[in-house]
Order: sequence, then structure tokens, then C-alpha cells
Amino acid sequence: MNELSLYILDLTQNSVTAGAKNIRITVEFDPESDNLTIIIEDDGCGMDEALLERVTSPFTTTRKTRKVGLGIPMIKQLCEMCEGTFQIESTVNVGTKLKLLFRSSHVDLPPMGDLPETFVALINGTPEGIEFVLEYRKGQEVFIFDTREIRQVLEGVMLNTPDVLMWIREYISEGIREVNQVS
Amino acid sequence: MKSIADLEKIRQKTLSQVNLRRESEGIRVVVGMATCGIAAGARPVMNAFLDEVGKRNLLNVVVAQTGCIGMCRYEPIVEITMPGQDKVTYVKVKPEMAARIVSEHVVNGQPVAEYTIGAAE
Repeated sequence: MNELSLYILDLTQNSVTAGAKNIRITVEFDPESDNLTIIIEDDGCGMDEALLERVTSPFTTTRKTRKVGLGIPMIKQLCEMCEGTFQIESTVNVGTKLKLLFRSSHVDLPPMGDLPETFVALINGTPEGIEFVLEYRKGQEVFIFDTREIRQVLEGVMLNTPDVLMWIREYISEGIREVNQVS
Repeated sequence: MKSIADLEKIRQKTLSQVNLRRESEGIRVVVGMATCGIAAGARPVMNAFLDEVGKRNLLNVVVAQTGCIGMCRYEPIVEITMPGQDKVTYVKVKPEMAARIVSEHVVNGQPVAEYTIGAAE
């Protein structure tokens, strides 16, 4: 995968599969420490210790059709390649938290890519009733997108209506652009 | 700038169309969006289909997503089902193909044979 936002899309689908109702994605650039942190938190079914221990293996998967699962091993490899760390915490029936750390100037770090498009794919691809929050930070600047706020305005109109999705894509693009410009 | 007021307008417009959407027969455009699909470029493909469906205001079309179909080498894969017709599977789909597939197949009912799995195999 050649964009960080594609990894985010792929990993967040695990949260959806875990039955999460609330998913929070935090992207934080800290220019001073040269750190890029991405956190994906959910309130899904979580994993027990046994599964957590082998979840970074490419031969661990919960699906029945094949014996491989590459999402987590690929991101772990990328974190380590970029002088960062990969952390995963999980509690059964409480949720899972992925913390990805990268050195943001590392030559092997892919660009963030199209984060708004990732959100459109996430919102379009998930059943109604899952709430997403994006917190995008760079230094002191922050942009927050919360599907709950959008839903309040829409009053019953589905989030996966094409016009709404296109609005969301533009809205997030503009929010991110502003944060990047100011900082 | 996109504002919440724009969203309110979308709401009004959509509500006035809700009944139309329910009454017409459904066409499904399903994009494979597992790790393999994403890595092969499925996300911009799905967004391109959404754009086309939105632009043309096709109220009877749903753009949906699915997991790995089991033919990872052919990703991005897009399946289209229309009432009364066999499912058509498009393989190695690029965002540029979306406009043609929507106009020829979804709107006019003629699958684009050269993009299908039959042509690829």
C-alpha cells in the first residue's frame, strides 16, 4: 500500500468487523519531536490474550475462507521500518486500541494520501449506527470531524447518500488543509 | 467552503427523493474492499462510482462494499447486479472506467464486455 490512509482504511475495517459502535481515529504530527502518531480506538468485542499474542502473525485471521491475514503484519512492518513502534492493546468486551508511531521524516514513510476518501469509504461501507471521529492534529492546530454532529443535522437522512458522502469528503479535505496551512 | 448549511440543503433535497428511491428497483454496485482490494486501488474506484452515481442522481443505485472475493490477483473487482440479469464481474478496475461502466451498463443495461472477468481470462 502506498498511502498511510489506505492502511487506516484497512485497519479500521477490523474495528467494524469487531462490532464496534464508536471508532476514533487520531492523526497527530508533532513537528518538534518529528513523530507521527496514528491511533485507532474502538469499542468492539476486543481480543483475549491468546489471540492478541498471535495477532501480528500473517497466519492469524478470524475469517474462515483463508488462513492468512495481512493487515496487521503489514502495518507493524511499516512502523518498524520507519523507526517507529507498533502497539496494540485490547480487552474482551471493552475494545481495542492500535497505536502506530513513525518518524515522520523517515524516507520509507508513505505519504498520508487521501484521508477524506478513506472516511468516505469507511462511512459508505459500514452499517448505519457506527459513529466515526477523526481528530487531525499538527502542532497546536486541530480539526475534528464527528459523524454524530453530521447525523444531527441530517435528521434521518442516511450518511451513505452520495451527496452527503461528497459533502463529507470536501469538508474533511478543507479541515485538513486548514490545519496544514496554519502550522 | 463546505458548511453545515450546505448539509441542510442536501437533507431537504434527499428527503424529497426518498420515496422515489424506495419504489424503484435496486441496482447494486459492489466494490471489493479487503486488504487485497485496497492495496490494488479499490478506494479511488469506489469513490469514482459514488461520484458518477451522485452526479447522475441515480436514485435506484447503491454503491456497496464487500470483503475479499477470493480472486485477489484480479483486484480491484466490481460486481454489478441488476434485477432480472446475471451478475457482471469487472476486474482490474480503474477509476477512469467508472464513468463508462455507469453510463453503458448501469444506465443503459449493456455490460462493458472488455472490462469483465470473461475478457480477462
